[in-house]
Amino acid sequence: MCSEMSGKPVDILLVEDSAGDVRLTKEAFKESKLRNNLYVVGDGEEAMSFLRREGQYADAFRPDLMLLDLNLPKKDGREVLAEVKSDDNLKRIPVVILTVSKAEEDIMKSYNLHANCYITKPIDMEQFIKVVKSIEEFWFTIVKLPPNGAKG
Amino acid sequence: MNTNKAEVLLVEDQPAAVRLVQEVLKENNGNHNLYVAKDGVEAMAFLHREGDFALAPRPDLILLDLSLPKKDGREILAEIKTDDDLKRIPVVILTVSESEEDILKAYRLQANCYIIKPIHLKRFIEVIKSIEKFWLDTVTLPPE
Repeated sequence: MCSEMSGKPVDILLVEDSAGDVRLTKEAFKESKLRNNLYVVGDGEEAMSFLRREGQYADAFRPDLMLLDLNLPKKDGREVLAEVKSDDNLKRIPVVILTVSKAEEDIMKSYNLHANCYITKPIDMEQFIKVVKSIEEFWFTIVKLPPNGAKG
Repeated sequence: MNTNKAEVLLVEDQPAAVRLVQEVLKENNGNHNLYVAKDGVEAMAFLHREGDFALAPRPDLILLDLSLPKKDGREILAEIKTDDDLKRIPVVILTVSESEEDILKAYRLQANCYIIKPIHLKRFIEVIKSIEKFWLDTVTLPPE
C-alpha cells in the first residue's frame, strides 16, 4: 500500500530558509529506512519554479509531498500555499505546513487555503527530529498518496 | 486555541469498523470525544447542527468513509470543502477503495489525506493508532 513497498524512492520538497532547520530535516530523513530524495529550496519563488519546472528546474520531479515553511523570503509561504492549492495541476500534492508560527490566524488561514496539515515546529532539536520522523512515517507508510503520473 | 478534548466525527456505515475505531481510540488517554454518523445525510445534519444534532459539537477532525448509504462520501467531501464555514476541518478519507480515480478525486476535492483500510485486523488497529497519534498529537488542528 505504500511507496516503501514499490521500491521507488519518494520525492520530498522542503521549502525552508533556515539553514539549521534544513540540516535537521535532512538528518531526520537520512536516518529513515525509507528511500527518499529530499530537495531543498530556500524561498517561495524558487519553490514555484521547482513545481512549475522553470529555468534550472526544467528536470525537477513533481514531489510526492511538500514541507512548507510560512515565513520565507521573496514569496511568502502563504502565497505559495494559495498558488499550489488553486492550480489544477499541483493541488493534489499534499502540503504539510511546518512553521514556528502559533498564530491562530496563520493556522486558520492555512487550513482554509487547504493545507493538508499544520504543524508547529518544536524549538527543541530532538523534538524537531521526532516531528519530522512522524511526518515521514504517517505520510509514507499510512497514507495513500495521490498517483504521481507526471513523473519522468 | 482549542484546549479541550478534540471532537472527532467518524462517518462510517459498517458496525464492525465503527466498533473497532471506538475500541482502539478508547484505549488511549481519552484526549478526544468520538461521534459516529452512519450515513452521509446524518453526517451533514451533524455538521450543520440540524434536527437531532442541534447540539452537536463542531468536529475538529472528520474520518470519512467513501461508500455510504443515502449520501456518498465523495459528495460529503465536496460539500465540506466548498463550504466556507466547514472547509478548514481536516478530513481523513478512510476507505476500502484502492481505485486510482477515487484517490485522485479525493485529493482534488481537497481531502487532507487518503488512507486505505487494511483488511487485516492487526494492521487496521495500527492504522487507527497512527491516525490518532499524528492528527491529535503532532498536528495543530484549526481553531473553531
